[in-house]
Amino acid sequence: MDILSNLAMGLSIALSPYTLVLAIVGCFVGTIIGALPGLGPSNGVALLIPISFSLGLDAISALVLLTSVYYGAMYGGRISSILLNIPGDEPAMMTTLDGYPMARQGMAGEALVVSGVASFVGAFLATVGLMVFAPYLARVAYQFGPAEYFALYMLAFCTLGGIGSSNQAKAALAAAIGLAIAMIGLDKTTGMPRFTFGELHLMDGVDFLVAIVGLFAVAEIFHFIESHGRDSAIGVKLGKILVPWKMLRQTSGAMLRGSGIGFIAGVLPGAGASLGSFLAYMGEKSAASDKDSFGRGNPRGVAAPEAGNNAAAGGALVPMLTLGVPGSGTTAVLLALLLTLNITPGPLLFTERPEVVWSLIASLLVANVVLLLMNVPMVKVFVKILSVPAWVLLPGVTMIAFVGIYSLTGSSFDMLMMVGFGVLGYVMRKLDIPTVPVILGILLGNSMEDNLRRAMVLSDGDWTYLFSSPIALGLWIAAIMGFVAPIFLRRFLKKPPLPATDPTLNED
Amino acid sequence: MIRGDRIFGVCMIVLALGYILSASGIQTSFMSDPVGPRAFPYMVAGVVILTSVVMILRPDPDQEWPAGPMLGQLAIALAVLAGYAKAISPLGFLIPTAIAAGVLSWQIGGRPVRAAIAGIGLSVGLFVLFRVILGLGLRGLPSGMGF
Repeated sequence: MDILSNLAMGLSIALSPYTLVLAIVGCFVGTIIGALPGLGPSNGVALLIPISFSLGLDAISALVLLTSVYYGAMYGGRISSILLNIPGDEPAMMTTLDGYPMARQGMAGEALVVSGVASFVGAFLATVGLMVFAPYLARVAYQFGPAEYFALYMLAFCTLGGIGSSNQAKAALAAAIGLAIAMIGLDKTTGMPRFTFGELHLMDGVDFLVAIVGLFAVAEIFHFIESHGRDSAIGVKLGKILVPWKMLRQTSGAMLRGSGIGFIAGVLPGAGASLGSFLAYMGEKSAASDKDSFGRGNPRGVAAPEAGNNAAAGGALVPMLTLGVPGSGTTAVLLALLLTLNITPGPLLFTERPEVVWSLIASLLVANVVLLLMNVPMVKVFVKILSVPAWVLLPGVTMIAFVGIYSLTGSSFDMLMMVGFGVLGYVMRKLDIPTVPVILGILLGNSMEDNLRRAMVLSDGDWTYLFSSPIALGLWIAAIMGFVAPIFLRRFLKKPPLPATDPTLNED
Repeated sequence: MIRGDRIFGVCMIVLALGYILSASGIQTSFMSDPVGPRAFPYMVAGVVILTSVVMILRPDPDQEWPAGPMLGQLAIALAVLAGYAKAISPLGFLIPTAIAAGVLSWQIGGRPVRAAIAGIGLSVGLFVLFRVILGLGLRGLPSGMGF
């Protein structure tokens, strides 16, 4: 068995004491990041990339640390969903629907355990799926030439814009803004500067970490000041935590179904964890015989979306590692991490640097076990951390964002640019324009152009070459479908509203 | 009257036209390819213009924009962050961080005394974390004053 021997090699790296400590630290920090409202997985990983880079961690250690944070944030998101009715991050939104009503009925402990186990099941199955499917997809990806890659990037932008946003034009605009920013700097083919306006700092292009931290973390500060921290209701009490075995047995079917749906949603480029948890919840609800109890504290309504979002988080790693195309905002950030570490994802990664891939996969498995242990018996610790007041937390996060970029680049110009991206992110959020396509555009822009130009070199300027192979044609059709179909499907996929918060709970 | 989307759309069209103008000035060198360094920027600018026109013609309902005092608060936050970006190099980590974190804390939670304590605490705490424990290359005080 190829997979098992590869996995054994990965585990031998992942279980070394140093890596294990990094995984545990990553899981702990990640769960906190996920639990705190307003600090999602993308945000958290983005903040930590420059710091782990300046620490001088080697590629595997940095990867283990930050993917542990990524998985941890996926677990953590449920805590504030259940206790506060505030999704800790976007994918955890569906968990509020039944999790918060359960907490209102005095079953907060049960909801936390069920969702923790569901997270484990989802993430574990998705990691197994990643092991099985990623090498296979990597073999297919060998046949990809420049025309196929160009079509693949189109597919990522189109599905992200079509499925992830409510207005196609705005998503396309966001992607184009990102691509436009990516063009800044020296042109690789000719060596000529583009859009630098004589500014030396721009010769290397805009650092994607600056853009990511600005668009996610700095924009969040402006947003938070405006909302006056309204969303940071604190002061939760939690009784003794017991493991509700009976409830776990009842929800095991929901967990497995949710994992399957979530994994598939995660593998699709551009879909990601939010869609995974949404589809898992809707699927579970429509399959249930007691539809009415959903939204009123049905444990299966907690188990399905949690399994779904964690499975999607794992599934999203499949296209990211094999094709270099991220499936969601957070995987876009992980792609940024790989590029920072000089690791180019793609089919070659599996043959040339198997130790990176397999130690990553092994550490995901290890992180999962650590997270289960942390999130079920130790959940009270995280509940305590939720009560850090916003007026300490937010300035702290801001300063960490600046320290990260400063220690990475050491230039005020980059920090000012980060603040500028923060303003852009704030305005875009106000106008309901998604920011993830901007990030994706900045990340993929140069290789997208590069592939287009190489395709044209191969075909000697014949544009029909882009549609000449069956794989490319299939990707183009999928891209157009992904962009257009949601317009018609939107009517059927209305998101259910959040349960009403009991106003007395939010006063402090 | 819906304004937000339309104003943004117009801004983007202006920027895209400037982008095209700037792209037309990109020089090609002797070792070029059939596409050249200008075509892709032109395509991107085209998409920006097209989508901006859609935003102007079919805008979404307006969000509530901050006004009056809140706009002032956001301007203060922006000024603090920009000033911090400029100050951290010459003045070191501790002093600018205490001021910036303190101001942000005051903006979020009110109560000046509490905010000042939070600012100083965060400044010292983060310095210890990053410099002493994690070993990042930060300078604590203005150059020539130690640390």
